[in-house]
Amino acid sequence: MDIPYTVAARPDTGLNNGKIGIWLFLASEVMLFGALFATYIMLRVGAESWPRGDEYLNVWWAMTNTFVLIGSSVTMVMAWASLMKKNFRAFRLFMGITILCGLGFMVIKYIEYSAKFEHHYYPSTNTFLAIYFTLTGLHGLHVLGGMVVNAYLWGPGAKLWKTDPQWFTNRVEHSGLFWHFVDLVWIFLFPILYLL
Amino acid sequence: MEHSHADIDRHVKRYLIVGAALYVLTIVTVAAWRLHLSTGAAIALALAIALVKGSLVAAVFMHLISEKKLIYWTLVITVLFFFVLLLLPLFTNLDPVSL
Repeated sequence: MDIPYTVAARPDTGLNNGKIGIWLFLASEVMLFGALFATYIMLRVGAESWPRGDEYLNVWWAMTNTFVLIGSSVTMVMAWASLMKKNFRAFRLFMGITILCGLGFMVIKYIEYSAKFEHHYYPSTNTFLAIYFTLTGLHGLHVLGGMVVNAYLWGPGAKLWKTDPQWFTNRVEHSGLFWHFVDLVWIFLFPILYLL
Repeated sequence: MEHSHADIDRHVKRYLIVGAALYVLTIVTVAAWRLHLSTGAAIALALAIALVKGSLVAAVFMHLISEKKLIYWTLVITVLFFFVLLLLPLFTNLDPVSL
């Protein structure tokens, strides 16, 4: 039995099921990160003193990562636009760059984490580092998850383009929504953790 | 949702402009950090810029500027509970009960 409304919009919602699904998932993600942001506020407001992020963290690496992630959001949306214009080669190029940007982000995060561990800064060192590792670790897992899905759509999953291009385009759009959300979370994490 | 090639080209132009704006706003954020403002002013400024950047991503990249009502309602409810979640710890600080 085929899954209904993967391409056509449901008459009652005006949306295909995939789109409703990804937005409901993103709503749950907002609450997940919201709980952690609330935790950050509670810890910071309740602390007698709170270090500036730049006392422990490298702002320049984080700024580079912000540029990388913003760039990946642009290429992600360009990948979707390429499919809308029936240009599969351009999709492959832009999606490939998006995946590489995700990889670049993770490499920089690895360098950052390694530097912290070399200085014996661990989540157990103090409250600031605990919330730093929790928030950036969870965010990093999301980047990794997004990369896996994007890599699938770039590689084996792209077979769908030949049989049902609109369904494939929808999948790329939904994957893109997740990727932009990950970018959006980082846009807030960067100033909160590194600059304030 | 049907899009002509001309529509998509217009979208692409918008994506590139927003991408450039996000880069500029990131530079502004870091420049503001270099000014070493007071904590209150730094938090207000950094969060205001982040809010503008986040809104651009949501509105343009995530196409929220032209979405269906169901998505808007889902997000309105989510944002409402998100702020409740953010305010809860602040309310605990206002708790008049002392031990």
